[in-house]
Amino acid sequence: MQVAVIKYNAGNIKSVMLALKRLGLEGNLTDNPDEILNADRVIFPGQGEAKSAMKYLKERELDKVIQSIENPFLGICLGLQLLCSHSEEGDTECLGVFDANVKKFPNELKVPHMGWNIGSLSEDIIFNGIQSPAYFYFVHSYYAELCDQTISETEYMLPFSNVLHKDNFYAIQPHPEKSAEAGEQFLKNFLFEL
Amino acid sequence: MLTKRIIPCLDIKNGRTVKGVNFVELRDAGDPVELAKIYAEEGADELVFLDITATNEKRKTLVELVEKVAEAINIPFTVGGGISTVEDVSVLLAAGADKVSINSAAVRNPKIIKEMADEFGSQCIVVAVDSRRVGDKNIVHTHGGSKPTELETEDWIKKAVELGAGEILLTSMDHDGTKSGFADELMSKISSLVNVPVIASGGAGNMQHFCDTFTNGKSDAALAASIFHFKEIGIPELKAFLKNNNIPTRI
Repeated sequence: MQVAVIKYNAGNIKSVMLALKRLGLEGNLTDNPDEILNADRVIFPGQGEAKSAMKYLKERELDKVIQSIENPFLGICLGLQLLCSHSEEGDTECLGVFDANVKKFPNELKVPHMGWNIGSLSEDIIFNGIQSPAYFYFVHSYYAELCDQTISETEYMLPFSNVLHKDNFYAIQPHPEKSAEAGEQFLKNFLFEL
Repeated sequence: MLTKRIIPCLDIKNGRTVKGVNFVELRDAGDPVELAKIYAEEGADELVFLDITATNEKRKTLVELVEKVAEAINIPFTVGGGISTVEDVSVLLAAGADKVSINSAAVRNPKIIKEMADEFGSQCIVVAVDSRRVGDKNIVHTHGGSKPTELETEDWIKKAVELGAGEILLTSMDHDGTKSGFADELMSKISSLVNVPVIASGGAGNMQHFCDTFTNGKSDAALAASIFHFKEIGIPELKAFLKNNNIPTRI
């Protein structure tokens, strides 16, 4: 199986590559459009800032590549936010795969939302074998609002989209590669069950 | 609900764990990777590796260790000990560390916090502070808590957060090693003062102490070393205890 991991100007790629390795796969870190389009699975990870990330993707026309992918696709953390319609971070137009807007957390509690929190589970195949309550590891200051494509919610000051799903596109706000058993099962489902 | 984190801390010298470790399951009690795997499996929420190597080979052995740990475990971990430059941070993050913690270097040169946060994001920059009571003041100490500075703990932490610290690891040198409980009054004061998570360190002796620091101390996470290494407290039993006491806990 070919797993492409999209290379762009956002950090935290290494831990995704290592998570794939633990599952017996060698990820291909690439910004080559053909390699991305032809991969069996595409992972779009990232930790960083929305505006500079979108700028980078557009300059290389990776935005169009991502929008035209037909195989299973997984956005993680900033990857999820960039798949939404718009982000308050830098007032950025995003890729528009999901209908949600991305907003900054209010300042009532500590921001970033950092640590382990519960994601609700639903019937989707991506949650197969994950035990409830499912804890995931989060680090983020912006969140995607709930929308029709939300298949898992998490609550921190307010409920937000933990996992989004539309056609071949999945996205998850926390870091499955750092989320112990639940995260590992989630990645396994994405890689081997879809 | 966001849970309170339990963080075992491993002291590392020349790529090996120091201080005694009492794990019968370990083939090699000095191997940090094996120990890290066991803690991750037992339900530790995060790990901290504190490198106390003083040799020139330090960086190389530490980077090799970080790479092995990152490959072996599926929970986040922080690396600290002698980190002083943006380049140091870059190398450790690239090797797979999720966060780094800086201590004396930040006191010597506070703007390094900003440089690191600007480059890598606040979320991966932990500022570790060793505080000791001097008269009626809390005073920041460096060099493993041995050297007093001019700084008051409250002022320094506020400044560190303004400069971009994403998390504070606060050790009470007065409580460290006493097993009499965390310095909850100080923790609570600091936690209310800043809008980033505070990790309590120093003084853990029993399970109630963890409960206390999460409630009275308003701590977001609690760190301990020897009580975990010597199995005085097992992580699964600690977490069950916290849950029974209505502390939000990942089990």
